[in-house]
Parts: sequence; C-alpha cells; structure tokens
Amino acid sequence: MLGFVLRRLAGAIPTIFIVVTIAFFMIRAAPGGPFDLERPLDPLIMQNLNAAFHLDEPLWRQYLLYLGNLLQGDFGPSFTRRDFSVADLFAVGLPVSVTLGGLALSLALVVGASLGVLAALRQNKGADYAVVGIATFGITIPNFVVAPILSLLFGVWMGWLPAGGWGTPAHMVLPVVTLALPQIAIIARLTRGATIEALRSNHVRTARAYGLPTRVVVVTHTLRAAILPVVSYLGPAAAALLTGSVVVETIFGIPGIGRYFVQGALARDYTLVMGTVVVIAIFVVIFNLLVDLAYALLDPRVRYER
Amino acid sequence: MQMRLDPAADSDDLARSIADAGPSRSLWQDAWLRLRRNKAAVASGLVLAFFALVAIFGPALAPNPYDRVFPQYVRVPASLEAYPRADSIVPEFESVLARARVEVGDISLDGGTISAPIVSGSGIDPRFTRFVERSNLFTNARIVDISADETRATMVADVARTYFFFGTDANGRDLFARTMIGVRISLAIGLLASLTALVIGVAYGAVAGFLGGRIDGVMMRFVDILYSLPFIFFVILLVVFFGGNFVLMFLAVGAIEWLDMARIVRGQTISLKRQEFVQAAEALGVKPGGIVRRHIVPNTLGPVVVYLTLLVPKVILLESFLSFLGLGVQEPLTSLGVLISEGAANMQGATWMLVFPAITLIVILFALNFLGDGLRDALDPRDR
Amino acid sequence: MIKTMLKASALSLALAASLGVTGAPAFAQEVVYNRGNDTDPSSLDPHKTSTVAEAHVLRDLFEGLVVYNAAAEVIPGVAESWETSEDGLVYTFRLREDARWSNGDPVTASDFVFAFRRIQDPATAAGYANILHPIKNAEAINSGEMPKEELGARAIDERTLEITLANPTPYFIELLTHQTGLPLNQASVEEHGDAFTRPGNLVSNGAFMLDSFTPNDRIVMRKNPNFHDAENVQIDVVNFIPFEERATCVRRFEAGEVQSCSDLPSEQITELRERLGDQVRIAPYLGTYYLPVKVTKEKFADPRVREAMSMAIDRVFLADEIWQGTMVPAYSLVPPGINNYVEDAPTLEYADVDILDREDRAIALLEEAGVAAGELTVDLRYNTSENNKNTMTAVGEMLRNIGIESTLTEMEGATYFNYLKEDGDFDIARAGWIGDYNDPQNFLFLYESDNLGFNYPRWANEDYDRLMQQAETETDLAARAEILAEAERLFLSQVPAIPILYYTSKALVSPKLEGWEDNIMNVHGTRFLSLSN
Repeated sequence: MLGFVLRRLAGAIPTIFIVVTIAFFMIRAAPGGPFDLERPLDPLIMQNLNAAFHLDEPLWRQYLLYLGNLLQGDFGPSFTRRDFSVADLFAVGLPVSVTLGGLALSLALVVGASLGVLAALRQNKGADYAVVGIATFGITIPNFVVAPILSLLFGVWMGWLPAGGWGTPAHMVLPVVTLALPQIAIIARLTRGATIEALRSNHVRTARAYGLPTRVVVVTHTLRAAILPVVSYLGPAAAALLTGSVVVETIFGIPGIGRYFVQGALARDYTLVMGTVVVIAIFVVIFNLLVDLAYALLDPRVRYER
Repeated sequence: MQMRLDPAADSDDLARSIADAGPSRSLWQDAWLRLRRNKAAVASGLVLAFFALVAIFGPALAPNPYDRVFPQYVRVPASLEAYPRADSIVPEFESVLARARVEVGDISLDGGTISAPIVSGSGIDPRFTRFVERSNLFTNARIVDISADETRATMVADVARTYFFFGTDANGRDLFARTMIGVRISLAIGLLASLTALVIGVAYGAVAGFLGGRIDGVMMRFVDILYSLPFIFFVILLVVFFGGNFVLMFLAVGAIEWLDMARIVRGQTISLKRQEFVQAAEALGVKPGGIVRRHIVPNTLGPVVVYLTLLVPKVILLESFLSFLGLGVQEPLTSLGVLISEGAANMQGATWMLVFPAITLIVILFALNFLGDGLRDALDPRDR
Repeated sequence: MIKTMLKASALSLALAASLGVTGAPAFAQEVVYNRGNDTDPSSLDPHKTSTVAEAHVLRDLFEGLVVYNAAAEVIPGVAESWETSEDGLVYTFRLREDARWSNGDPVTASDFVFAFRRIQDPATAAGYANILHPIKNAEAINSGEMPKEELGARAIDERTLEITLANPTPYFIELLTHQTGLPLNQASVEEHGDAFTRPGNLVSNGAFMLDSFTPNDRIVMRKNPNFHDAENVQIDVVNFIPFEERATCVRRFEAGEVQSCSDLPSEQITELRERLGDQVRIAPYLGTYYLPVKVTKEKFADPRVREAMSMAIDRVFLADEIWQGTMVPAYSLVPPGINNYVEDAPTLEYADVDILDREDRAIALLEEAGVAAGELTVDLRYNTSENNKNTMTAVGEMLRNIGIESTLTEMEGATYFNYLKEDGDFDIARAGWIGDYNDPQNFLFLYESDNLGFNYPRWANEDYDRLMQQAETETDLAARAEILAEAERLFLSQVPAIPILYYTSKALVSPKLEGWEDNIMNVHGTRFLSLSN
C-alpha cells in the first residue's frame, strides 16, 4: 500500500511539470499583458515595469526562471497585488477556501446521501419523486442566481445572517449552503442509483430473504456498495470545491483563492495564474489518489500490488 | 449500412450480421420499449422536442424581432395585454408634438386613433409626422385639415399595439423574442460542444481500449494530465483567443470535455474486446479499424448516450457561468446564460428579466436530466 | 466568575446612565467605519498605484504637501504655506512643525525629496511617475538618462522644501494632491525595502495607520495618534472593504454592514432611489466617456462622416435610459466644472438641436461626403461590461437611423486595451478618462499626436499640437485657458473621438455617516467624516 502511494506521488511530478509547462505558454500566448489597463501607461514607464518583472527577457528564459523558482518553492511576486507574493496570497486564501469547501462537501454528503437512500427505499413513490425533483432543481439553477437571492432573503430582508463578508461562523452559512446545493443534488442522485442497484444484488436479496430488518440490510450491505460511485465522484468534486468558487466568493465577498483564478487570468497576472494552476493540479492529484485508496478500502476486489 | 464488393467488406458484413443477430438490435428495440413506458422520460422528450421547435421557428414567429430596440419601452414589465398603457398615450403624444415645436390643442383619443389640432407659426411642414412616427407608440401619422394659410392642421395617428409577453430588457428589446433566440443559441452550444466531445472521446477511448498495452497506457496518461489542468483556465483562455467567435469557442470547449467520454468508452471497449462476437470478427479476418468502427463503437453507445444527455446541460450551465463573468455570446445575439446573468443583476427592479429566462432554462435542464435518467434505466442490461 | 463580572458592569452602566454620566472612558466604544471600496489597492506603496480605489485608501494613510478637504478644495496639508517665484518655476514650501509620522518621527523636507526621487527612479518602475514629470529633470531621470540626485527638488532645511519645475505648470499645486506627491518615511523604506508596506512595517503620516491588510477581505486602519489634527478625527477604525460585485455592496449596505459604497450598479439605480432616497448620491465627476474613431481609415478620413455620426447619437437617451441617470449627456471632451478653464467652455454646436433635426443634418453631411445610405458599415468595439454592451447596442441603433449599419464586437479587458493601444484595427471603440488632476490639460493631452498610448484614433493635427505646446509655456492662467479652449474647439470640429457621456460619481452614504460632501473629484477623506449611532 505504502509503495503504491509513493509510486503514485512520484508519478505525479512529471504530470505537474507538464501541466505547468502547458499553462505557462498558454497564458503567455494570450494577447495583452499585466500592465494593459484601462488607463494606459506611458511607454517609458511600461519599459521600466517590464524590466522590473523580467518581462523584457526572451520567453524561454522567463520559463526557466519560473521553473527554477518553483523548484525552490517560490511562486514569485504577484503582478497585480504588489504588496504580496503569490505564496502570501495562498497562505491567506487557501484556508478560507478549504474551510468553505470542506463544510459544503460535508453538508452535501450528509444531506445528499440521506436523501438518496431515502429515495431508493421508496423507489417510484412520492418521496422518491420529490427527492429526484428537488435534486434536479438543485443542479439546474446557476449559483450566481442562488447566491444573491439567499443573501437578499436572509441577509437584507430577514436580517438573520450577514449579507456578505467573512469572519464569524454566521458568515459561513449562506455561502456553504449555496456551494452545497448542487452537490447535494448530484450526491443524492448518485446514492439513489447505486442503492437501488445494490438492493437488487444477490447478497442483499439473500440477506433480506433471511429476514434481516431493512435498516440492517441497508446499513451493513447496501451502503458499502452504494458509496463507491459517490466516492469516485467526490474525488474531482472535492478538488474543485476546496480550491474555491469564483461565483460564491465574489458575490459574498469572501477572501478565498477561487477568485484569483479569474482575476489572475483576466488581469494577466501570470504568476498568480500559474500559482493557482499548480495548487489545483496538486489537489487533483491528491484527491485522485485518495479515491483510489478509498476504493481499495471499500471494495475488497480492488488490490494495488502491481 | 453500405454494401461493398470487396471480400474484406463481405466478411466484415458477415461478422456484423452474426453480431446483429445477437443481442445488439434487440437491445435498442428493448430499450425503446422501456423508454416509452417511462412517463417522465416521454414527457421530457416531448418538452425537448417543443423547445427544439421553439429554437428553430420561435424567433421568426415572435411578435417582435429579437434585436429590435423600442426606445419608449425600456424595461417594461411582462404583460399579456398590449402596450402602450392607456394613461401613457396622451402624454407621449404631447411630448412628441412638443419636439416638433408646434402648439398643441386638445388631444382626443378615440379607440385606436389619436388626434390633436396643431398650430405652427412657420407653416405646417409635412415632415412633422416623423416626430410622431419615430415614437414606438404610434404609426400611420398623417396631417389632415390643413388650413388655407398653412398654419393650422390636425395631426392624426394610430396607436400601435405591441405585445411584450415577457417584458423588455434594459435596451427596450422584447424579452420573449430574446428568450427564444436564447433557447436556440443555448441548445446549439450544448449540442455543438457535446457532439465535439462525443466524436473525440469515442474515437480516442475506443482506440486506446482496443489497442491496449503500452499505447493505451500513454494515451490514458495524457488524459490524466489534461484532467489536472484546471478547466476554467482553459475556458478563460479560449474566450480570450476566440472571443469574437462563439462557435469556434464551443468547439474548443467540446474538445476539452471529451475526457470523461474517453474514459467511459475505453472501459466499455476493454470489456467488449473479450466478447465472442468481436473475437469472431477477428477470426474472420476483419481489420482492427473495421472492428472498432462496426462492432466496438456501436456497442458503447448506450452509456455514451446517457452521458451525452448529462453533458448537454453541463455545457449550457458552463456557458451561463461564462456569461456571469461577462464572457458570453456577442450582441445582438444572446443565450439563456446571458439573459439569466443580466436578469440576476436586475433582479430587484425588473424581476421579469430573471424569471422568464430562468424558468426556461430550468425546464430544459429538467427535461434533459429526466431523459438521461430514463435512457439510463432503459439501457441498463441488468434491469431486464 | 465571568457572569458576576458581567452583572457588575451592567450595574455600573445602569448607574452611570442614571446619573447622566456619558462617555465613561471604560465603556467608550470604538467608532468603526466599514467603508466600501471598488477593489483592493494593488499596493499600499503610493508609487505603485494609479486607481481611484487606491487613492481613497492612500488619502487616509498619508498626507501630502497639500490635501483636498471634504469639498475637494485644496487646503494645506504637511505644508503650512508656500511661495512661487515670479517666473512660476520655483515653489518653496514651508512644512508644519507638528507633522509627525505614525512612529513619532517628524515629517521632514527630505522625506519628500526621498519620495520624489524614488518615484522617478526607473528601478522603482512607478506606474504614474509621469504625473510628476513637470518637475525639472524628472523625465530624464525616469528614462535612466540622469542620476536621481539631479531632480529639481531639494530640502533647504528640515522644514523647507524647494521644488523647481521644467515649465511653469499652473496646476502644479493641484497635482500635488495626487497620491504620487505623498511623502515616504525614508528610514522605514530603506530598512524594509519592498516589504515596507506590510502591516507592522508601514510608517505613515496621515490621519490613520495600517493595522492589517487581508486581500479580498479588508484593510483595517486605526486612528493615528501622532497625526497633527488627531483631535478632530472622529473615527477610530476604518475598514476598507473591496467590492468587485457592486450589487454585493448594496446588499451589505442595506443590511447595515457597511456605511458607504463607492460605486453602484446602474441597472438598480431607479429602484435604489425609490428605496433609499437621498442615501443614493450621484454627483458630477471629472470624467468623460467617448468613442474613438480610427481616423487613419479611409472611410473615416472625412471629418464630415465623423461629425454626422456624432450628430446622430442621442446622448440623452443613453444617459437617462441606458445608464438610468448615472451618466450625463456629454458634448465636449473636457468635463464641465473643471478648474483653470474658460467661462464659456466649448461644446459641440448641435448640442441643443433636436435629435431628429440632427439626423437630417447628419444625412445631409454624409451625402456631401459622398456616403450613400447603407454604404457604410462600422464595427462598434467595446470591452466586457454590461453597460458598455447596452451603450454600444443603442449607439448602433442610432447610427442605423442615418443609414449607417453596424456590428458589435466585444473583447475582454486586457486584450481590448492592449489592442487599442497597439493601433488595433478597430472602427469605433469606447474609452473613458477620469481626470487625475483638476485641469483641462489632463484631458486635452490625450489627443496630442505623439501621445501614442492614449491617442487611439491616431489623430494627428499640427495646429492642435502647436496649441498644446503653446499652453505648456503660457504662465498667464486666463490666456492659457483661451489657448486650451481653442484646442478643444478644434478637436470638437474634427471629432476624432466622439464624446458621448460624462461620468458621475455614484455612492451610497448612510445617514449615520456625516460630513460626506459630494464633489467633482469624488474625494472623501475619512478624517472629515464622523459616524453617529
């Protein structure tokens, strides 16, 4: 097992290297630069700025420079937030995004899985249709519509929760719910499908035939099998959620890292974009690995002793 | 099926008919029967067919063109009654005549016709009518009863009835027509990107799965790398590169979305490869290309179709996310995503701008999801 | 234990209240002002900033030689008085004795000299160094041709600063209100290098000092006890909160979480006015929104074609309907209300003509220029933003009324501005300019033919250039205003860029927040504000 993990981690290094390379040249190929603002800069000053950020050097040398710094763990200075290095920005933003994403994921898992099992046990009955309907609804409304409505409803009109901002647990409620809604929907659907399938499987039928109570059958036999598709969905979903959501962070004014991606890409903040790419790639690699390990734990047929 | 005369094709067809005699055809027939029994799926199919018709014919049949600006009707609420409202007709008539710099007498409104005596010291100019004509409220303006000295006359005009079932937007364009053109664009984008993903994903997955071994390893490794490249990053760059050309952009989005498709098809291919009818075809000397085309790909279509019905809504939502970032389609065209993101910004003052496009999107996505579910159930072999 | 303490304090509070004692120091609550801002500053180093949002923050942190008061009038800041030499070239400032840095050091003339040299140093790569290029040798130093010690600024003694200019610049005092004119604490900058802006390192001389800076969340500033006018500063803590999404600020304002917003979503203005009444502040602003026309293209070479297009644009519709009254119809490049200008500022002569008559004249002009209806198609290009889109859609519709067809092209921000600057192949674009200082030169210089960064149409007119040159050396303010007006008249007759709207500053101000005066520079230093409960 440990050998497998180490091999996988070692295998991730070239992946990340290729990702960094592709991303570096792609963002540089985009027209415009970090200093192309609505108020144009004097050509002389532009020259000074380009020199200060090494943008006047050939691209391959900038690439090598960046790689060299990256290997030493240095993400470089941000072009648009010049009081901070990219690492500083992540040090502040990543914990926020991870907290938010983690809470949303937990909420989605608990609510989604419960709803899914409920629906499966009442297949083709009222409760089932209700769950499927609500779940579908959850995926269809874009979160940039849900977020302002929640903020208006609970923040402005009812005054129960802060309308935006970050700091106290109360500030987390609305953004977590917004983030969790589509995830609840997807997890509920996945759990429902997998549970129905598991309920039909031979060993569950046998267990039922022996007269075991439904609850026991569901908990001991069905859930274990039903959780697999959820786990394989959760890998990429968790990587995406924990690295922040542009929409939710912008609308609620949350200092996470989700916004840096869009801010960075649109403002051509090269180092910030690259930093985000690296962080997301690392998250994806780690969560894929976790999914595989979870499979090994949950499904006795899977073995990783290549 | 094409008939060819070369022997390889013959043997190919033979192998195919052997395979077809097996479970393949009845799988689809069976699935169709089962799908028809699923009421939700049938209803969804009908809803989608309806929206397809709306997308194709709607914009042409709408009461107003989707890009026509009505300066007098900026942000008017949705209504089944015709505009203008009775109490706005007379003031508007007064104000347009004031712009023509004539003195206006008593305005009388009689059904669909409005008239008022006008006096102009510098003489009645027939061009005065265009001030009235220009207003969206009136048509067929004419000057009658011109006095002998040409300083007095009566201005008569018909009140133009215009319907805005969904209200109008911030430019005074008919939201009903815009929603329909939005349906067209959103569905087109969804289909276009999904089909691109389908073509690339199926081809890639089938080839990787069929060839197996080292080639498969390298090919899937490449997919893994692409997975770790953040998707939004790609999309934003695509917008930057193809900003002016939305079709191209969504072809490109489709070209990124194929990863899941490739994985699904590869998995299917690997299990199909071991099945008897494929081995039979191989034994009959069918070339690998033929096997992939004729036997592997058709048999992976079940899960692929299911995935496709889920990919279309995903792409439509992605487009609306881009619209939220302000990177949507080019004016004067629009999409449901653009309309909803404009609506979300106007939520408090002009609710109709959000409600109608949002409901339309929700209904479409509902239908796509239920149809996808229905297809999955219908195609699930274990369910038989 | 805690419970009893609470009880005890509640008791004493009740006692204090019953005795009519107010403001017992033990219970004095800090006055905290949550202030909405457009975005985070890109830096707290004044030399690395350029935007209005940054100016709001820096205005509270630092104090220059002169500052704007609540009504945007120039008042003495660190300088208590100044003299100008007769030729208008040498300014001598006398600094106030009680000017202190937040660490207690006195603010000296050499702090200013240090800052002015630093901003011109090419190694600093200051984005707005050109604002101070009127200072003697500044431009040469900035381009690396001269050592920075040659700058025309020197400290005669601790409290006397002498600045020598290259040309008489009548708006020089106005210029010094800009953030590029702020002093820096030499010792702290030299000690910390680039990290001098960090909380804990930053030494400032304004009414407030930096407490913390969390990107995308807030900048916390506390009242600076060493500030010379500290006794009149009413607010103890200011939180500058960035709002990229303007609607978010409105919601938090209505929920009582922030006391002011620095910008408003125009699409909500009508409803906001109904709901919030005079908490919605819309004031004239020193800025113009215009449409550059690529005059180097054959089809736009004839000024009559450009004039016809300008005539056909119904600015009132754009301002009132598209922008919901948050813009003002514009008929000139230099916005009204500007300082140092002629009484009767030039405008487009058809400003007051009815739009339908203007269309007739426009069609006639096009005919004269040999353009038949439907013959000309123009591409309207704009950068991503809801209101640009709506504006250009409406403009296209207006051009159609005079027989000009149009297409729309949207581009994303950085690509767009790079494209304009690099002589991109556009027909008609949109651009805007907010004055950095209150002088018409700050608008008219945009269209000097050698100003390649700003002159998007690549319009080159010798007479215009000559007039601008002349204005630069003219010391008599009235005569200079005449020359500049002559230049603008020339510009308006040629319309290489069609002015369509003037900006307004839009804000939400809570009734609890007192002292917020609407002004054309949109400056509202927190030291002049107070917050009641």
